[in-house]
Amino acid sequence: MTDLTVTSVPSRSVQFDSAEMTARVKRRYRSERRFKALGGGALLLTAVFVLAVLLDIAFKGLPAFTQHYLVLDVPVKAEIVDPKGARNPDDLRSADYFAVMREALTAAVPGIEGRVAKKKLTGLLSSGAGNDLRDRIAADPSLIGTTVKVPLLLSDGADLYLKGQQTAVSTIPGRGTATPSDTKGDITILASANDFADDLVAVKKTLAARIEDLQVRLQRAEARGESQASEAASLKEEIVALAARVDQPAVAENLDEKMPSLLVSINGGLVKLNTISNDSATGTVILPLNTIDEARPLDWSVVTYAKPESNRKTSDIEVAYLEKLKADGNVESRFNTIFFTHGDSREAEQAGILGSLVGSVLMLIVTLSLALPFGVLAAVYLEEFAPKNKFTNLIEININNLAAVPSIVFGLLGLAVFLNFFGLPRSAPLVGGLVLALMVLPTIIIAARASMKAVPPSIKEAALGVGASHQQAIFHHVLPLATPGIMTGTIIGMAHALGETAPLLMIGMLAFIVDVPQGLTDPATALPAQIYIWSDLPEQAFEAKTAAAIMVLLGVLLLMNGMAIWLRSKFERRW
Amino acid sequence: MSISKQVNAIAFAAVSLVAFSGAAAARDQIRIVGSSTVYPFTTAVAEQFGKAGGKTPIVESTGTGGGMKIFCEGVGVDKADATNASRRMKKSEYELCAKNGVTEIIELKVGIDGLTIAQAKGAKPVVMTRTQVFQALAEQVPDKDGKLIPNPYQKWSDINASLPDVKIEVLGPPPTSGTRDSFHELFMEKGAEGIESLKALKKADAKAFEAVWKSIRKDGAFVEAGENDNVIVQKLEGNKNAFGIFGYSFLEENTSKLAGVSVEGIEPNYENISSGKYKGARDLYVYVKKQHVGVIDGLDKFVAEYVSDKAMGEDGYLTSKGLVALPKEEAEKVRAAALALSPVDGALLN
Repeated sequence: MTDLTVTSVPSRSVQFDSAEMTARVKRRYRSERRFKALGGGALLLTAVFVLAVLLDIAFKGLPAFTQHYLVLDVPVKAEIVDPKGARNPDDLRSADYFAVMREALTAAVPGIEGRVAKKKLTGLLSSGAGNDLRDRIAADPSLIGTTVKVPLLLSDGADLYLKGQQTAVSTIPGRGTATPSDTKGDITILASANDFADDLVAVKKTLAARIEDLQVRLQRAEARGESQASEAASLKEEIVALAARVDQPAVAENLDEKMPSLLVSINGGLVKLNTISNDSATGTVILPLNTIDEARPLDWSVVTYAKPESNRKTSDIEVAYLEKLKADGNVESRFNTIFFTHGDSREAEQAGILGSLVGSVLMLIVTLSLALPFGVLAAVYLEEFAPKNKFTNLIEININNLAAVPSIVFGLLGLAVFLNFFGLPRSAPLVGGLVLALMVLPTIIIAARASMKAVPPSIKEAALGVGASHQQAIFHHVLPLATPGIMTGTIIGMAHALGETAPLLMIGMLAFIVDVPQGLTDPATALPAQIYIWSDLPEQAFEAKTAAAIMVLLGVLLLMNGMAIWLRSKFERRW
Repeated sequence: MSISKQVNAIAFAAVSLVAFSGAAAARDQIRIVGSSTVYPFTTAVAEQFGKAGGKTPIVESTGTGGGMKIFCEGVGVDKADATNASRRMKKSEYELCAKNGVTEIIELKVGIDGLTIAQAKGAKPVVMTRTQVFQALAEQVPDKDGKLIPNPYQKWSDINASLPDVKIEVLGPPPTSGTRDSFHELFMEKGAEGIESLKALKKADAKAFEAVWKSIRKDGAFVEAGENDNVIVQKLEGNKNAFGIFGYSFLEENTSKLAGVSVEGIEPNYENISSGKYKGARDLYVYVKKQHVGVIDGLDKFVAEYVSDKAMGEDGYLTSKGLVALPKEEAEKVRAAALALSPVDGALLN
């Protein structure tokens, strides 16, 4: 011990209002304010980013929660549904319900002729359009022979169009009268006023823009010199020809798929225009006209699909059919139950998350039933019973390190040990659960030890004092009090496991699996794996599905974390 | 007390759970692994096969190389039945298969995928040659005297005045992707052959030549955007000056946002790819173990479904998923060989 001698501190009279002191105090306050502002700013920035991500996901994903259906009166003809007439359930199930739907749709849009047009019409339906009726007939065969109102599932393309992500449709009523030359086929429409003049000007403008593009290409071709001379010459010719058309404002013009589409709605039909001049137009009938009578002003109209046909997935004919069905009140938007009741599918409108959700749940059951008991027991032993020596130290360090091992390593381990050595099946939730259990084990051990340490020693000592054995003291008194902490750690570990994809990749759970798994060894995929798979598909409709699946995953995670918080606040005891 | 009993019970349950789930017995579900490029097509066939009454096959997306490894592990109910590949099987892979007892492999050439370079719609149309692509992206290019120097080009217009006056920025797949392999072979190798001095190098020293077309510049002009082609599509929308490299099906699906770059004057569209006019196209394959036919239920039927006209034909459902159908005669040949279950001749691979 050293004696502290009180050295004479030079006495300093503190003057709180001296200039120096005020400046110093001010500086300290300034520093504090700066720190607070920085912290607040960081929080704000984070909040903005999180909000941006969430809004983006919600914005993209919400359309996937609705699905458009055609609601039609469908005559269920016995000769299609039950050709044998025996009402045999197996025959009823395997009948061609899509054919029933096809007939109903053709009846709803009458007058369609030609193979291509008919194919486009039936193409609006999903290949699973008949499933709903199939289930109803199987449940109630007495419906055969009657007419049933059935929702027909639309294909992803038609659904996307109806969700308004493709083109703007505008309608301008005719100022003069208009006379069609026929009710079907290629026809001419004569207008008494210059109804097509504005459109003609717009077309000429598109042509002028096209000349500019060609000139850029011409310059490039010329820059390349001799080798591109022939291309340059043909480009020049094209420019001259186009310029001639632009220079004559009144001359009729051909329309093509790179210009906005023009149609005329007249006498109950629809005509897609091919050429227009100021007061007349020729075109092909898409929906047949009722008569060739003269249509009075305002009784007919010019319809424009603003986006050129070559720039969208839905063709003019399909847009026309859908607009007609919509105008007739046959289109209905419903909550997308398929998304929650079906497994994966390559048809976006039939794809659901149930398969992957069940897969995730099965996996978590395996993980929990392994990781929780082993984790807690390991923690109890290490914390309370194990002798403190080099060996237990080593184990402790390894557990802490294990918590930081990248998850893909656990996947490799699973592949080597569970699949190759033990011969367990690929893509099984059992193996996924085992791998994830290894992954969350260190988290649970660390959390359990920490919460056992937090129980005051007086509890244990009191138990020991009244004669309890060490084991009784731990299991009867310390462990129950540590439970809320252990639960919190476990739930957070589980949430972590739920969001893992990397280890699943190695054991074959990143796969296309249609059937919803029924047991632990059935092939299955998991929610995050499903999200990854969908995000990689080319179809646009899957973009919304991906975002919607992310929303479901986030929802489940939020629920689990919320449960952790609730458990902690309900059972936690403070000393 | 209760807790200790509960813990014991749970632990026991967990252990017995592991013990009782023994090795997989006989299997009635086809298992397919392999390329993520072929995945969208094989899954579509799998779904149709399932709807027609079979059990829907499981299709994993492991990449072409990874798929080959799993496929060649051996023969047996716990091994994969088929693998997707976005390139032909290599001789080394065939030998690995043979070593592990997979001796009879049926090769299905299922269709064509165009490898396209695209940019956001709205930019001026661009026409490139493969040599220009090579010059823009190779790590080393020959200078005027034919000596290899680090790539000096910063802007497209540095390569040729006919190209746009913007910084070279290309988003493409990472080296693990089969698409990247194809890009090297279809664009970089062929592009390098278009330069006289490199043509001479190929004759003199094939290894050195290969090193030239296989290395891509690392100074930021080429950005590895990940396996997910949709990411590249999204990035192109945001950056009008960048170009992206991906499969034709993504271009077709995003016609409203993207415009393809014409290669050697040929626009990447369905007709040009199918007829072979467009130079950046590759064949897609599925390999099936003949030894599993008859052991795994429905494998032969699955092969028949894949090569049927309603699947891979010109109006088949695979073309609506973005696959470019094989020319008629070739499709007939593939179909005949597949239905006869005739195995591929290892000597033909390289």
